[in-house]
Amino acid sequence: MSLILAAESLAEIISSITGCESCSVAIAAVVHVALVGAFFGLPAAVFIWAERKVSARIQDRLGPTRVGGRFGWLQALADGGKLVQKEDLAPEAADKPLFRVAPYVVVIASFAAFMFLPFTDGWSAVSLDVGMFLLFAMLSLEVIGVILAGYASGSKWALFGGMREAAQMVSYEIPMSICALVPIVMAGTLNLNEVIHYQSAGWVNGLPPFLHWNVFNPVAGPAFIVYFVCATASCKRAPFDLAEAESELVAGFLTEYSGMRWSFFFLAEYASMFLVSAVAAILFLGGWDDGFGIVRSLKGSSTNVLDPSVILGNAIGAGILMLKASKLVLLQIWVRWTLPRLRIDQVMTTCLKYLLPMSCALFLAAVIYPMALVLQTGRPQLLPLSAPITKAAVATAIETDVEIAAVDGEVTE
Amino acid sequence: MNIEQLLFALFALATCGGAISVVICQNVVRMAFSLIICLASVSALFFLLSADFVGATQLMVYVGGTIVLLIFGVMLTSSSTLLQIRTSPAEGFLAAGIGVLFLSVFSFTVWSVDWDRNEAKLAGVTAVEGVAPQGYNEASSGNTVRPLAMSFVGLRPDKAGKAPGYLLPFEIVSVHLLVVLVGAAYLARTKRRVSAES
Repeated sequence: MSLILAAESLAEIISSITGCESCSVAIAAVVHVALVGAFFGLPAAVFIWAERKVSARIQDRLGPTRVGGRFGWLQALADGGKLVQKEDLAPEAADKPLFRVAPYVVVIASFAAFMFLPFTDGWSAVSLDVGMFLLFAMLSLEVIGVILAGYASGSKWALFGGMREAAQMVSYEIPMSICALVPIVMAGTLNLNEVIHYQSAGWVNGLPPFLHWNVFNPVAGPAFIVYFVCATASCKRAPFDLAEAESELVAGFLTEYSGMRWSFFFLAEYASMFLVSAVAAILFLGGWDDGFGIVRSLKGSSTNVLDPSVILGNAIGAGILMLKASKLVLLQIWVRWTLPRLRIDQVMTTCLKYLLPMSCALFLAAVIYPMALVLQTGRPQLLPLSAPITKAAVATAIETDVEIAAVDGEVTE
Repeated sequence: MNIEQLLFALFALATCGGAISVVICQNVVRMAFSLIICLASVSALFFLLSADFVGATQLMVYVGGTIVLLIFGVMLTSSSTLLQIRTSPAEGFLAAGIGVLFLSVFSFTVWSVDWDRNEAKLAGVTAVEGVAPQGYNEASSGNTVRPLAMSFVGLRPDKAGKAPGYLLPFEIVSVHLLVVLVGAAYLARTKRRVSAES
């Protein structure tokens, strides 16, 4: 990943307009950062408002109604304004440098993972062959900030919260990653945009293209559910919010925080909710693919990024991805206000005794199932979504493999 | 000085700063945090060198592994014996000696490479074959995962399949890791005393 190459395609367009080579790279980089920052901050603000409204409706209340005229839609901004004005306090017993730095670690880890999201075909800040791997690496760093906050607060509630979060994250990461591997194995790439391309297709035999989405695959469908449960746990959302369990631990690792630093933790939580939902949408729900071939037909075979129909197709794709991710975030909010919190031992049992074996079985099935299906029906899918693979093609493929193996054997001898 | 050199200087400084503060800090949790800074900066250096896969692995394995260290640090520091780690002067002297020797080996290696000739050689390879090897050209900088994975399963796309892959070492390492995991689980399990009556 060259940091400069990340902004290259936009830089080319700008330099063709302005004619200035070096300033166009700088402008493109700033545009990328601003866009990713907007995608990081705006959904978080919207979902904080949505959380208040949805929770209020579920509990038969009205929620915020006044700020911004109607529906209290500016409530998140008012909350932010209040939090900025609060005094920046650190307790006497705290390890002050670590206490101050912990919120930044959480926010930066969550923000950095946004760089690898393909919002639509070709619209990602950094497109990588290891995109998925790096995204999960970044997500796993968030827990460092929580443990640091728990330790550095110098309070037993915070320490308990931090340790619970650590135990929970370290165990839920495993089934989550294994489930994310299921679509990766199917598509044969770690590049997130290529995983979407694998799920995006046209109409075949009168069957709509959304049947290509991984969620309609008999193996990847259950993997989606297991992934989503683990993703909810990795965002510390109820019923897995043991780290802040307010009825047991005051507010867990957040006990000693207030003002801006507290709001950073919140921003990171909502942003990573959106992030894991977007990853779920990309891996299992077809990402920017609309399911009826609209984006594909709009884009056609044109490779010119400035073509109006390509821009329109990309914009619709980005909207569709945001819509899918938002639906999943709403599902997380719904679950939070419906289910009671688990006990810490139940949390660990759920993960290690149920989710982990399920994810391992699904991974094994993901490897074996396509093979068995091709042998039985001649197609890699259950429905007639593609032409059956002919015996001749398979035979030639096997022959080339044999040749390579023979060459290998010679060299080793 | 272009932007890449600036970033390199920044991350190299962070790496060295983190490493030095691991040595200087006496609080276990602060040490672990400095180690995180050091290792994360090393992964940033890998990204600058277009070694995406190595950088991501560094982040996942080493920085993620430090979390566990951090957890143990937090858990163990509740007893005041380990809250402060003090080294004796003899240990400090020994460590400093080994460090200086290590540094001299590194410096010797770096200075003994003829970098200009190396660059010329690399440029020659590109000129002869027309294209740079996959992952090293401008368009697909750092996208080396596919050739890496092919090499691990025994094919060598860079040598047109005419060289032995890394399947055997890969398998040996993975079996070794499995043994380590089983051993760790055996050592860490709670040992219940079986009473004679039951």
